[in-house]
Amino acid sequence: MDCLYMEHWSPYVVGIGIGILNCIAFLLSDKYIGCSTAFARTSGMIEKSFRGSKVNEKPYYKEFTPVVEWEWMLVVGVVIGAFISAKLSGQFQFNWVPPLWVTTISSSALGRFVGAFIGGILMGLGARWAGGCTSGHGISGTMQLAVSSWLAAFCFFIGGIATAMLVLKVLF
Amino acid sequence: MFTIFHEKKRVQLVVGFFTGIIFGFLLHKGGVTHYDVIVGQLLLTDFTVVKIMLSAVVSGMIGIYFLKSIGAVALHPKPGSFGSTVVGGLIFGVGFGVLGYCPGTLAGAIGQGSLDALFGGLIGVLIGAGLFATFYPKLDKRILNKGDFGDITWPQLLEVNPWVLVILLSLGIATLLLWIERSRL
Repeated sequence: MDCLYMEHWSPYVVGIGIGILNCIAFLLSDKYIGCSTAFARTSGMIEKSFRGSKVNEKPYYKEFTPVVEWEWMLVVGVVIGAFISAKLSGQFQFNWVPPLWVTTISSSALGRFVGAFIGGILMGLGARWAGGCTSGHGISGTMQLAVSSWLAAFCFFIGGIATAMLVLKVLF
Repeated sequence: MFTIFHEKKRVQLVVGFFTGIIFGFLLHKGGVTHYDVIVGQLLLTDFTVVKIMLSAVVSGMIGIYFLKSIGAVALHPKPGSFGSTVVGGLIFGVGFGVLGYCPGTLAGAIGQGSLDALFGGLIGVLIGAGLFATFYPKLDKRILNKGDFGDITWPQLLEVNPWVLVILLSLGIATLLLWIERSRL
């Protein structure tokens, strides 16, 4: 079981593992790995705690009810799974600014907070707009050969490559 | 095969939870819970993300089409349209390039102790998703259904046997990955 303590696994072992895991999810749950609707549901749950059950009347939340379900539990599991892996390999540490951001932009935690916050808003908006994220479209949808998912994955990377190049190579 | 099992709600929550634990464990072991690795991919200097995604697509595609052929699973391709998939995908991409995590790896980054993911990214994504829910009726009326093409798959669109595409894509992806390895990307 030494492999559980290793810092890195081959990307191919990880990728094939994710593909198999997704097939098991289809078999056991009739679901596939996806993450972004869980964030939309959480957003609805938080809004509900302020504004009460009338939030349920919003047309979007009629389709995606703000409740704990399979995918919501999956996202909580991802936090814990990554925590276990990081702890076992001795890599767990609190950190505000990623190394590459420090070398290209600045070491300011506030600057990184603002960047992550703005990026997060756009990503949360775009994921629901496109009906999925890098997992739901990018892996689970593409492996089913869904046309929408191949197109979405292409747009995720076009937008991402253009933005990362602009921010990290041109602006800073 | 497992259809009765699918209706047991509490058991399903546990299955989802454990699927997530394994997924998060794999994402961290693959290194993609790190901002540097994801942005390295977007700057085309580190191809870890592509290697993981494409090998997941090949193994998952072979597995899922095999399970479908023996009647064990049903496919659930997502519907799409140019107004939702392309516009939303590009907005997502811009956010992806600035944040440096996607929704799944954001959760993984929180687990490894990245505070920028927890306080910046998570709060941002929740607000972004909430904004979409708020504007959904207007967007749905004006943009989301433009150029709608439904939940079609490539084998349906091209009218070929799915296995032809599964085999061709697997070979194509394997060749691409070999080329990436040879170029030491």
